[in-house]
Amino acid sequence: MESATGLLVYATAVLTMGGIYAILSLGLNIQWGFTGLFNLGIAGFFAVGAYGSAILTARPAAEHLGGFGLPVPLGLLAAALLAGLIAWPIGRLTLRLKADYLAIATIGIAEILRLVLKNEQGVTNGAIGISHIPRPFESLPRPYDELAFLALVAGIVLGLYWALERVRRAPWGRIMRAIRDNEASAEATGKNAMKFKLEAFVFGAMIMGLGGGVYAHYVKFISPEAFEPLMSTFIVWVMLVAGGSGNNRGAIAGALAIWGIWSLTEILTSQLPPDWTTRAAYLRVFLIGFFLQVILQRAPHGMFREVPPAPPAPTRKGRDSGTATENAPAE
Amino acid sequence: MLDFINFYLIPGIVIGSIYTLGAIGISLIFSILRIAHLAHGDLIALGAYFALFGVVELGWSPYLALPLAMALTAATSIGMDRLCYRPLRRMRTVMVIIASFGVALMLRSAIMLIWGPDTAVYQSGIQRPLIWAGLRLQEKHLFIVGAAVVLVALLHLFLTRTTTGKAMRAVSDDPDLARVCGIRTEAVIRAMWGVAGCLCAAAGVFLGLDTQLNPLMGFSLLLPMFAAAILGGIGKPYGAIVGGMAIGIAEEVSTYPFFGDPLVAPTYKAAIAFTLMVLMLLWRPTGLFKGKVL
Repeated sequence: MESATGLLVYATAVLTMGGIYAILSLGLNIQWGFTGLFNLGIAGFFAVGAYGSAILTARPAAEHLGGFGLPVPLGLLAAALLAGLIAWPIGRLTLRLKADYLAIATIGIAEILRLVLKNEQGVTNGAIGISHIPRPFESLPRPYDELAFLALVAGIVLGLYWALERVRRAPWGRIMRAIRDNEASAEATGKNAMKFKLEAFVFGAMIMGLGGGVYAHYVKFISPEAFEPLMSTFIVWVMLVAGGSGNNRGAIAGALAIWGIWSLTEILTSQLPPDWTTRAAYLRVFLIGFFLQVILQRAPHGMFREVPPAPPAPTRKGRDSGTATENAPAE
Repeated sequence: MLDFINFYLIPGIVIGSIYTLGAIGISLIFSILRIAHLAHGDLIALGAYFALFGVVELGWSPYLALPLAMALTAATSIGMDRLCYRPLRRMRTVMVIIASFGVALMLRSAIMLIWGPDTAVYQSGIQRPLIWAGLRLQEKHLFIVGAAVVLVALLHLFLTRTTTGKAMRAVSDDPDLARVCGIRTEAVIRAMWGVAGCLCAAAGVFLGLDTQLNPLMGFSLLLPMFAAAILGGIGKPYGAIVGGMAIGIAEEVSTYPFFGDPLVAPTYKAAIAFTLMVLMLLWRPTGLFKGKVL
């Protein structure tokens, strides 16, 4: 009976983390899947969200900025806004250039943010990090607190899925696809591609920030080490590519599948003798990189192929041409 | 003044030479394949560890291990292209960049698997610098800068005097025109990876000589190297020299206490390269030498 509860708690933990990754993966899907923006700085927006929400909700502490004691939902909202606020200038600067520049610039921003988290003792408590972050439902008895948190994460993922599916079918989402597939022709039909790309970049970053906030409240303790590029940028890319970029269902399925594989291999390698366990950790990273190569070459569409939204019904013809003129650039 | 030269300018020139070698490779790869090669830093780390193999297992001096590292890294680069990048050549170039991100991770974890996660050095102990009119010159620094100059000169001769080098420039200018003229593009790409691999190994060995080796050494080089390539004009190997030197010197000199305090705290040195890159993108995205407009 006891082992059954243990298994339940373990499965809940895996699912909760998978759900948090699904939030990140959905955020990346807006940027890369919908719009083709090459963001390699997921770790940065994730970290900003986590630290933002943690500082705003944690109890007063001498070591770092804090003591605002805001409720968790407000912290999560702030996490999203903060990440969006950081994404805006980066996008402004690099989105007019080819994808390569955005990739390099976002790697740079993520690294600099990590340096700030590590070195600004007074705000973030440096390498030691922030602990005692409040977690919703933590007063419930053992398995129920975990289950309630899982329900919260699932609710956020499903809510995002519902919203993003609407966004995808809406004129906004269709313009994103148009810009991704042929920016020149999208511009020629009067769309201000720069403005739309910036919106997608900021929107995606906000979702990543929200994911960071949820993560901070889930693990209750964050330090700069949690935001290394491997576990917060690279793995999210593998998740989205494996699930199927451009497909929201794929983004969620990819996150759960890759996180499931990652957690399962952890159980397998923990059975090995200690000397092998450390080596096996590198082997797992190697295999994830290898897995990405296989997907790119053998199944570039991922598990769920992108489904183009149906063309608008003929009855809405008048309204649609109306939106097109509304969105025309002023100049 | 001498302190400024000895402890800020000279290290700046040394690290600048290392950035230059990396940035030339990045520029070369970009000019031919049109991709930002994100595994470049980890390829450099691999080169450094190949030399460590020569030093530890074969008992060679690091200088002697350099050609070995170059050969092995060049072979790895060509194999990596064959296995991971060539199958994606017909897709959008962004797919190759994603693949290179994965290759970066594979290289890094392979280094950790084989050599372990700890730091290593080629030679332990302190080397006495040569003092000459107040200038402190270390033997290894002279070697690094001298060898970098020789390599860049060799690359120049290769690109301007040999048939393969000329073909490389032709493919860079117009791949389709080069192909219809009978240039075998795949052979040119292989040669390009060979050259880039050699430069990576040199950069890695020099960095290992200058400081120490650790599996993450390549990743921290990625940003300054790209900044250098962009500063010089991406796709312009000669611009990369100016860019590399500028970034290296700027990083070291910016920590000099010009007004009592260090201008930039050494912990934020990594932000210098990024800031310069962003300023360059704002002012002139094509770089100093009118590189390919991205």
